[in-house]
Amino acid sequence: MKKHTRLIAAFLAVVTLFGLFAGFAQPAQAAETTSVSAIKKRGTIKIAVFGDLPPYGWVDKNGKRQGYDIALAKQVGKDLGVKVKYVQVNADSRVDALNSNKVDLVLANFTVTPERKQVISFAKPYMKVSIGVISPKSKPITKVSQLKGKNLIVNKGTTAEQYFTKDSKGATLQKYDSKTQQFNALKNGRAAALADDNSYLYAWVKDNPKYTVGIKHLGPNQYIAPGIKKGNKSLLKWTNKEITKLNNNGFFDKNYTNNLKPYFGSDVTAKDIVIK
Amino acid sequence: MHSGISILFAGQNFSRLLGGLWISAKISIVSLVIGIALGILLGALRTVKNPILRVILRLYLEFFRIVPTVVLLFLFYYILPKNFNVNLNAQAVAMLVFALWVGAEMSDIVRGALISVPQHQCEAGIAIGLNGPQLFRYVLLPQAIGLMIPATINLMTRVIKTTSLLLLISVMDVINIGQQIIEANRQTHPDGAFWVYGLIFILYFLLCYPLSAWARHLERQQDNNA
Repeated sequence: MKKHTRLIAAFLAVVTLFGLFAGFAQPAQAAETTSVSAIKKRGTIKIAVFGDLPPYGWVDKNGKRQGYDIALAKQVGKDLGVKVKYVQVNADSRVDALNSNKVDLVLANFTVTPERKQVISFAKPYMKVSIGVISPKSKPITKVSQLKGKNLIVNKGTTAEQYFTKDSKGATLQKYDSKTQQFNALKNGRAAALADDNSYLYAWVKDNPKYTVGIKHLGPNQYIAPGIKKGNKSLLKWTNKEITKLNNNGFFDKNYTNNLKPYFGSDVTAKDIVIK
Repeated sequence: MHSGISILFAGQNFSRLLGGLWISAKISIVSLVIGIALGILLGALRTVKNPILRVILRLYLEFFRIVPTVVLLFLFYYILPKNFNVNLNAQAVAMLVFALWVGAEMSDIVRGALISVPQHQCEAGIAIGLNGPQLFRYVLLPQAIGLMIPATINLMTRVIKTTSLLLLISVMDVINIGQQIIEANRQTHPDGAFWVYGLIFILYFLLCYPLSAWARHLERQQDNNA
């Protein structure tokens, strides 16, 4: 009995320790340390990027960072007149990296969602993605109405699955667990078409020329935007201006040609990705 | 289509992987040196019969032993800076967390070894007029070290292997570099993952195997001395 009491006491103590950490949790300090003037004074901007997502953020064989997001990061550093320090993050640590001041800016294929908007700020988007549908070139599906009465493949957990589960447009859904499975199923002729994020499909179709992205955009567009810590008004304002400027001087079109076009093939044009 | 093995040697890839391995090794070595020293001190203190000290050290041990290393890393890297405004870089956080973790585990190994030294050894030391620290230094520690070695080396290899979690806090360790290489070549070499992880397996083996060989050597030496 006594042993149990001690165990419970130890457990409670550990829980209390945790509680202490949580108890000190105050709203994080205002973003003075990451404001534009602070960044300029420091001489470096810390930018969170992906290291494993070609063609957006990846590392080439010489250890150099490459990609659509990286090109934007370089431009941001140039226009601010500071050096860029890259912090490689994973998808699920992007918000934490901002909120703990590990980075000033996130340029990591960051999709704007209502949930994320509650904890961080997004600047103006610089890229759009949406659901696309691929089908064999021999029997292309170019309109949603053509899906009626046919089988349609989706990958579980994607926006495409959510979209078609809500309203299947008369198609019968086949749901698969992985990208590999869904593409194999399409190749084996189990369905007339496959729906997924269009950016994946563009790249896949390039390697599988017998198929085409018959429907390029479906459902609401999703936007990719720079992430900034909530309350960091000066950097948000600066980034918004920067995106507008880069849009006007054709930077994103050039960036598309340099970084995305080699992956997406000729089916796609800059207009499908870049926001005007 | 070339075999995925070619990506290991393309460009700077191989030296990048070795660079990543060095980061893992450096973090392990620093945290082990600090952690083991801390552990020996705390382990000795845990044999002192002072209830308050014991409770504090016991709490420290349980905290670092029960809370998963991933959670500790997140806590120190993302959560503490947010609330206390201390901002360490990722490698420093890794060394700190690992050193505290090693210190906790080591304190228990040391305590266990110290109390296994036969009581009469202690009494004999007191009889020839040794004071507390002298007793610890000349009687208890030399005899306890033999008992600590297997568990300590086991702890060392665990620390080295746990560095594979560091990619979660943006440390560019060997696993992180490996993933960069795999994803950069996903389109042209879909089998790259097999070769990259195969090489990482060999690299970790090269780090850990000498340690276990050393442990066996030391144990054999102990047996011969006994």
